Formats: sequence, structure tokens, C-alpha cells
Amino acid sequence: MSAPVELPRWMDLGLLPAINLALALLVSAVVLVIVGHDPVQVLGLLVKGAFGSKAGLSYTLYYATTFVFTGLAVAVAFHGGLFNIGGEGQAMLGGLGAALAALAFAAQLPAWLMLPLMVLAAMAFGLAWAAVPAALQAWRGSHIVITTIMFNFLAAALLGYLLVDLLKEPGNMAPETRAFGDSARMPGMHELLGWLGLDWPKTPLNLSVGLALLAAVGVWLVLFKSQPGYALRAVGFSPEAARYAGIAPRMQIMRSMMLSGALAGLVAINELAGVQGRLLAEFVAGAGFAGIAVALIGRNHPTGIVLAALLFGALYQGGAELSFEIPGFSREMVFTLQGLIVLFAGAMAQVMAPTLARVHRALRRTPAGAGAAHG
Amino acid sequence: MDEVALGAMLASTLRVATPLILCALAGTLSERSGVIDLGLEGKMLLSAFAAAAVGVASGSLLLALGAAVAIGVSLSMLHGYACVSHRGDQVVLGMAITMTAAGLTVVLGIAWFKMGGQTPPLPDAVRLGPLLPGLAEAVQGIPFVGPVLGLGLLGHDGFVYATLALVAGVWWLLYRTRFGLRLRAAGENPAMVDAAGVSVLKMRYAALGLNGVLAALAGSYLVLALTPSFIPNMTAGRGYMALAAMIFGKWHPVGAMAACLLFGFLEAAAIRLQGVVLPGIGAVPVQAIQALPYLLTVILLAGFIGRALAPKALGTPYIKER
Repeated sequence: MSAPVELPRWMDLGLLPAINLALALLVSAVVLVIVGHDPVQVLGLLVKGAFGSKAGLSYTLYYATTFVFTGLAVAVAFHGGLFNIGGEGQAMLGGLGAALAALAFAAQLPAWLMLPLMVLAAMAFGLAWAAVPAALQAWRGSHIVITTIMFNFLAAALLGYLLVDLLKEPGNMAPETRAFGDSARMPGMHELLGWLGLDWPKTPLNLSVGLALLAAVGVWLVLFKSQPGYALRAVGFSPEAARYAGIAPRMQIMRSMMLSGALAGLVAINELAGVQGRLLAEFVAGAGFAGIAVALIGRNHPTGIVLAALLFGALYQGGAELSFEIPGFSREMVFTLQGLIVLFAGAMAQVMAPTLARVHRALRRTPAGAGAAHG
Repeated sequence: MDEVALGAMLASTLRVATPLILCALAGTLSERSGVIDLGLEGKMLLSAFAAAAVGVASGSLLLALGAAVAIGVSLSMLHGYACVSHRGDQVVLGMAITMTAAGLTVVLGIAWFKMGGQTPPLPDAVRLGPLLPGLAEAVQGIPFVGPVLGLGLLGHDGFVYATLALVAGVWWLLYRTRFGLRLRAAGENPAMVDAAGVSVLKMRYAALGLNGVLAALAGSYLVLALTPSFIPNMTAGRGYMALAAMIFGKWHPVGAMAACLLFGFLEAAAIRLQGVVLPGIGAVPVQAIQALPYLLTVILLAGFIGRALAPKALGTPYIKER
């Protein structure tokens, strides 16, 4: 266990994450047994709740939409060699941007102008909120992990202040703005399918799911098929080598963080334009942190992130369903599992790797006889 | 402000600052040895839950503290196993501990106590009372200094004074002992520590062990003194604020304590200034005062007020062969 372990590609990308996920599930099963639930029954009901009905599936996709945005946000920063823990705050600011745009223009503009404007505003605000820690990292060397954490708290304080003192609807006790208006609503999936003549139950799932897929494809194109994306990944891979190749690391830090913040800001489109129809304080609800788990399981690749977001969407929806079905089951079990996934797939990802490499070498040696032990 | 208000202000500053100081000391120890600790929040939360659960079940302060410390140290050993032995990402591990703790405490709380994640109130025998009630009463009558001394300084539980003593203790350990020199060297230049024949791994594990004890004390203070029972997510960002204080105090125990007292004062002031209109300024938004610790830390990190110099090897796992 001295030098970093080399594994074949299919093991590194497929088997290792699967094993780590299984370990997280195993520990969760132990917790379930401790609190007196039957893990097999829970898993069965979870899958049924997440995929067993049109409504369940819609909720799963709705949660997954948010996780695609935050997962991509974490991954883009990661490819630039940065750990963006500020997705939570950037999403909050995205909500502020989208809300300000909607409150100002929703009465005048038609939906086909209003919605793109909200998307742009959400991205711009998220981008700006990420740009400050990025600039501090690039020019002043401030550790981006710490500054983005601080910016989460600053965002919460800012949003709290604005909602309580300035943006609150007069006469409403809750800290939330007035309703945005009809043109600032993302069409729901039931409406879209209704126009096609399909019958679909009314759920929070909305057109943002398409935006999420678009974002995933866009990030894939930018990161893996474009010259700027190559430069960004080069800095993340080896800042020194990139500098030799004439790539200025500072600009790459700015670019990856700003793209990351813009993606996190899009959470607001799914949650506010798609569901709430107004700005409220707690709409991000940990999605920024969930994005870390999503990116880790998805191995920071857009395809992986979409799949991981589906997994987490299913967990969130299944967990919500379970808390109705099984008395005494709390949704927090899902957050526990999420933390355990970050533990096993993130922090302890390499704990299993040496064992796996040994098994792999042993398996290869047996049929081929001696000699072919690369790796 | 009259003496009584001043005394009350001083008292609440110290009470709020105590868990922050303990937690910041925990962070100082692990980060000085080269291990980032973003799991402080989670370590505090899980130990607070352990203290509350065992305190309610057993009715014994000693058992409650013991359970909290056991949990804190186990989490730190997990930290060491993943990050020191297996060179896992220290930031990710911290996030993992914090996220798991936030979920697990509620799951177990609901299953065991059926009160929506809360524990029942802790019995009085488990809770911390004033250490010197007689003395605090006696000095109350002295004009001018009476309320400040009696209310502000002498009316606290033993934990508050022990915490201040621990600041001195950690300072002495880090700067006046051979162990402390090696611990700091492990965070600055681990290769040199290795060359001197001292195990970097052992130093970092030792630092993490102490870190676990201190984080557990910080967590248990929340349920033993500040609130009567465990409440879901009751740490409410204190772990991160302690981390900010540690950075603000430039990774030095006394500096960290000063920062915690400042942050504690700001929190006490925020509660007091709620809705108060100051002449010339108008109503101060509470959120602005609450955001100040984070803002100050960012400004410090940006190098605009002094330079925050982190231990050089912070966050980099040590690979012996290099």
C-alpha cells in the first residue's frame, strides 16, 4: 500500500464504485437492524416507492434534476482541481437571481422570454457568488474549501436578511416573496404530456429535467470535447505541467469555479420556477452537499452523474414514501446513507483498491501461469 | 450599558464561546499535525447525541461524558484510518462525518426516544450547575464590580473554567513539550520528522485522538449546559464557526480562544441588538452581525488583515517512500 494502486479501467470505473456503494448500503442495513427495521422490506418498499408508479417515478426524476445540477457543479470544479463545497450558497444566490428577474419582469414578459431570462439570472448570480472565492484562491491563495464554506453561511445570512427585511410579501408571516406570476412557471411534466394527449399525474416534475440533461451534455462537450475544457482539466490534473504548456492556472480557476457556480444556480429553476413559484429561505435544503455524493459516485463524469443523480433521486423519493409506509422510519435514514456513500466512495475509496488489485493479480496469474502480472 | 447588562453580556459571551473554544482547540491540534478537520461539526453532533442518550438512560454525568468521548475518539480514529493510513481525501472525510452524523442522530433519536429526534430533558444530576454558587452570590453585593464578577465571571459551571485551563494546556503541549514540537513538525515538514526517526503516522494519530476528546467535550457541553436536551442538528454550524475561529486565530490555541470569544461576543450581541435602533445607524440587521465571523475569516484568509499561515503540510498525506 505504498505507491498509488493501478487498476484496470473497468475495475476502477465500475467495480470499485459498486463495492464502495455496497459497503455504504451494508452499514445502512446494520443501522436499520439496530433501529428495528427489516432491511429487505425497506429496500423493497424503497424501490417500489421510487419506481413503482407514474407519480413515484416523476418525483424520483424531479429530485434527480436538482442533483444533476449540483453534481455537475461539484464535478466541473473538481476537474479544475478545486473542491467546491459552496454549491449550497451558489444555489441560494441562483434563487435570488431567478426571483429578482421574475418579480421584476414576470408581469410584462411572456413565458418564452421570461423563463430563459430566469435561467440566465440564476446562472449569473450563482456564477458571481462562486467567482469571489475563485478570485481569492487564484490571486490571494485563500483555501477555496474554507472560503466556499464561509460563503455558504454568508449566502444564508444574506438571503435571510433580504427575505425578512426587504422582499417579504406584506402581511405574510413566512419569510418568502410574493408569487412570481404565471409566465415565470416552468411547465409541469403533466401539462407537457397533456398537450401530447398523454395522461400523467400532477407532480413537481417539470421541464427543468430537460434543462438538466442539456446541462449534462453541455458539460460533457465543454470538458471533454473542447480546447478550453482540455486546458481546465490539464490544470486540475497537474498545475505545473499545465503552466509549462502555457496555460495560465488563474484563468482556469476562475473558469471552472464560475461554470460550477452557474450550474449550482440552476437548482433554483427546478425548485422555484418549477415548483414553489416564489422564493423562500430553505429551498436548497442540502442539495449542494448531496451534489458532492453524486459527483463522487458518478466519478465526476456527466454520464456517471446523471446515473448517480437518478440513484439519489430514487433514494429521496423512496425515503419519503417509506416514512409514510413504515411507522417510525425517518427520512433522515437517506441522509445517513448519503453520508456513508461519501465516506466509502469518497474518503475511503482507495481503502479497497489494494485488496482489489491483489485479487485481480491473483486471478490473472492463475490461468496464464506465471509472468503476466502487470499492474 | 449598566453593570448588570455588562455582567449578563460577559456571561453569555463565555457560555457561547466555551464549546467554540473546545472545538477550535480540537481543530488546532489536528491541523497543526497536518490533518484538515472539516468533520468537527459532525464529531460534535454525534458526541452531543451520545452524551444526551447515555445521560438520559443512565442518569450519570460521568457515563454521559465517557460515551461522548468514546464516540469522539472513534470518529477521529476513523479519520486517521481513512486519511492518515490510507491517504484518503481529508476534506471529503470531514464532509462524510458531518453528513452521516446529521442523519444518524435523528434516525437513532426517533427510534430510541420517539420524540421527533429529540431526547427527553436530561436529569439534573447529569447537567452542569454553577461551580461556585456561594462565591458568585457573595460578590453580587459589591458595588460596580459585583454584577460583572458575580454574573459574568464567577457564576459559571466547571466546564467554562476547565476550557480556559485547556487553552493554556494545549499551548503548553504544543509549544513547550517535545511531543508538541514533533506534532507541529509533522504538520510543517513531515519528511524531517520521519528522518529524525519519529513516526509521522503516530504523531498524526495522537493529534487526532486528542482532537476527538476535545470535540466530544465541545459537543457534550451543548447538552450538559446550553440546552436541556438533544435537538436535531443542534450544533447549527458551530463546528464550522470553530474552524473559522481557528483560522482567525492563526492555528494558535490562544489566538483561537480570542477569536472564539470575539465570535461568542458577536452572537451574544446579535441576540441583544435584535430590533434595537442605534442612533445614527438605524436598526442593525441581526443577520449582518451573525455573518460577521465568516466575513472576517474570509477577509483574513484573503490576506487583507495579516496573513493566515496554515501548516505547510496541511492536507497532504505523508508517503514514506518519497
